[in-house]
Amino acid sequence: MRKGQYRFVAGFLFAPVLLYVVFVIWPYIQTFGYSLTDWKGQSQTFKFVGFANYRALFHDDVFMQAIWHNIQFLVFIPVITILLALFFAFMLNAGGRSKAGGVQGVAGSKVYKIVYFFPQVLSLAILAVLFNAVYRSDGGGLLNGALIKIHLVDPDNPVEWLNEPHIVLWALMVAVIWQGVGFYLVLFSAAMQSIPKDIYEAALIDGANRNQSFFRITLPLLWDTVQTAWVYLGIIAMDMFVLVSSMTQNMGAYGGGPDHHSDVMATVMMRNFLYFGKSGYACAMGVVMLLLTLILSVFTLRVTRRERIEF
Amino acid sequence: MGSTSAENNGTAGVGRRDLIKRSAALGLISVPTMSFLAACASGGGDDNSSGNDEGKTSKSNPFGAKKGTKLDVVIFKGGYGDDYAKAWEADYEKKLGITSTHTGTQEITGKLQPRFNAGNPPDIVDDSGAQQIKVDVLYKNGQLLDLAPVLDAPSVDDPSKKVRDMLIPGTLDPGVQEGKVVALNYIYTVWGLWYSGKLFKEKGWEPPKTWDDFIKICQEAKKAGIGGLAHQGKYPYYINVAIMDMIAKKGGIDAVKAIDNLKPNAFVGSAAAQAGVEAIYEVVEKGLLMPGTNGLTHTESQTRWNQYKAAFITCGSWLENEQLKQTPSDFDMKFLPMPLLPDSKMPFEAIRAGSGEPFIIPAKAKNLPGAKEFMRHMLSKEWSTLFAKQANSLTILKDGVDASVKLRPGTQSTVEASKAAGDNTFRYLYPDWYSEMDTAIQNASNELMAKRIQPKEWLKRCQAAVDKQAADPASKKNVHE
Repeated sequence: MRKGQYRFVAGFLFAPVLLYVVFVIWPYIQTFGYSLTDWKGQSQTFKFVGFANYRALFHDDVFMQAIWHNIQFLVFIPVITILLALFFAFMLNAGGRSKAGGVQGVAGSKVYKIVYFFPQVLSLAILAVLFNAVYRSDGGGLLNGALIKIHLVDPDNPVEWLNEPHIVLWALMVAVIWQGVGFYLVLFSAAMQSIPKDIYEAALIDGANRNQSFFRITLPLLWDTVQTAWVYLGIIAMDMFVLVSSMTQNMGAYGGGPDHHSDVMATVMMRNFLYFGKSGYACAMGVVMLLLTLILSVFTLRVTRRERIEF
Repeated sequence: MGSTSAENNGTAGVGRRDLIKRSAALGLISVPTMSFLAACASGGGDDNSSGNDEGKTSKSNPFGAKKGTKLDVVIFKGGYGDDYAKAWEADYEKKLGITSTHTGTQEITGKLQPRFNAGNPPDIVDDSGAQQIKVDVLYKNGQLLDLAPVLDAPSVDDPSKKVRDMLIPGTLDPGVQEGKVVALNYIYTVWGLWYSGKLFKEKGWEPPKTWDDFIKICQEAKKAGIGGLAHQGKYPYYINVAIMDMIAKKGGIDAVKAIDNLKPNAFVGSAAAQAGVEAIYEVVEKGLLMPGTNGLTHTESQTRWNQYKAAFITCGSWLENEQLKQTPSDFDMKFLPMPLLPDSKMPFEAIRAGSGEPFIIPAKAKNLPGAKEFMRHMLSKEWSTLFAKQANSLTILKDGVDASVKLRPGTQSTVEASKAAGDNTFRYLYPDWYSEMDTAIQNASNELMAKRIQPKEWLKRCQAAVDKQAADPASKKNVHE
């Protein structure tokens, strides 16, 4: 490097690093400190209790169940969202009838692209309101209303979607996926458009069909983007706080019902932190969440590492 | 797509893509914990530098509230609004020359938790609503002032009497933590069933006094194509009102105390608890609930009830004010005590009644004399009337509303029900003492209403919650006498 360049770089980095240390790293350290105490959340008086909070945590059925729900989200949300988004993106960019002279998307692909993106502009709060109306537990709900009309559901016994232990997680996933697909579709489309058309045309000449060109050309060249999408969707799956707390049956506070069947780590933590006044204990949950996400991100990046293809 | 890849960069260090990936990974770590950390970061020490400059005390100013000082008032702006508090503050300034900084908000926790932690709380707080800071939690943190001096001070209306003697008996109880009144639950509330006078007149139904009659009306309602009982299922708090009231009326005050005092036979082995929960389950089993009510929010189900989609709903007396806009003008809202099971220890007129909307004075308030004097004025007839006018509700002050104020039909019917009940009122204290146990019982009730568990299992779950709470040594200090 040229002389002075380090100082130049350091000058630019100093402010953000300082901010990062003060607002991210330091709170982490504080959280860990609090997790070793019986802090009750509303004053600065507490006793040191060692690892008692952590020991209690592993016997806390509700929290263990919550971890399991996050893992289920972690498996299904990214897989389904990415598959749908890839499928749609491929259809919009390269899935059209192959005419002489090139590869193109299905008819009207530009309109679809915009329509698919609509849900992404909704905030999570609005998404919750919208899907609360869809899943509403009486005849006034969109799903129940429609099913009653076609006599699939008895009007006296409508399906309480969000109050059914075996449905509630899926109901939440549908909402998240519905919102997410559009964004990843656009992301994947952009990546696909940067794949040179001549590669496809060459494949076409060699007699590749749609499946082959997708699996042999599109997917390998998109791998980096898919990996990024996976990380982002992982973030969503590990969180889920807003939807769970504003859509599901109330377990004291922050949703999580019925019978904790939709509780995620974040809702259990907040309930303990504020509603039960077990803030030190909640901090221990926070630290466990941190560790889990750390492991997850390292794992994700390792597993998806592949050789890159340059073009 | 770009063309640099990390592998080719050799000694140059981190490639652009790697950098992006790593920062994405960092983001993955930090985002879910972020909201939590924001709440967790503490504001530092606990220096107790309250500038409690006390002025001269006198008979009309027992705490020495000083003219020219400032009072920091935070009001929960929920179903009752905050206009009543603004009216008080204006009057306070006129009378004592103390100006108030007014904050009306629903985010009590968000706004106040950092202030409590940093040791600079407001002077007086209406700590209510979904985002209240639980009183038991605040108390355990040593943040609440013992209100005894205010309650033992001379009343504004009659200086020969103490403030506490001017209140409806028992209304201070829910604000008691370990024997001390630390929260003033200011609004007088009754809980029970509600129905539309108009609907009942149309159908020729008599308000039921026994459980059998109640079930009959629910069945007739069903025949007429509407639901029997509605409840605000998304918040199992509400159906717990019905279940726990049935238990109390069947077993008398002893059944209430057994639960509050965490007795090993509070639920399992209690005939009253069994009868009470089986009665409510009868409604579920016979299909007399309003369809879908288990999954509805409070506003959704209350509005359905206002649309004559159910005969009864269970709620507290804030219902009328909450539903002002949704209630048809000829709805004729009426209150009804929970109907009786055979051989009940309490009469039909007995109701769950008591005070709600806790007002607290933080122990570290800057203007303690001003805050105490403010609270003393809240318990005067003048301020109580101001409240009734602005918020359509009663306060804990005995005979506290000036005759000039005309009440709405629902509120009027609660006044009559309270009169009829006389001393036959009861109140569970466990929700104010044990948030976690309350949550577990609500959870069990939610499962019961959805028919996923039967009364027997409900009793077992509730008893388990009681036993778990009893194992906590801190719970020994709370006694419902």
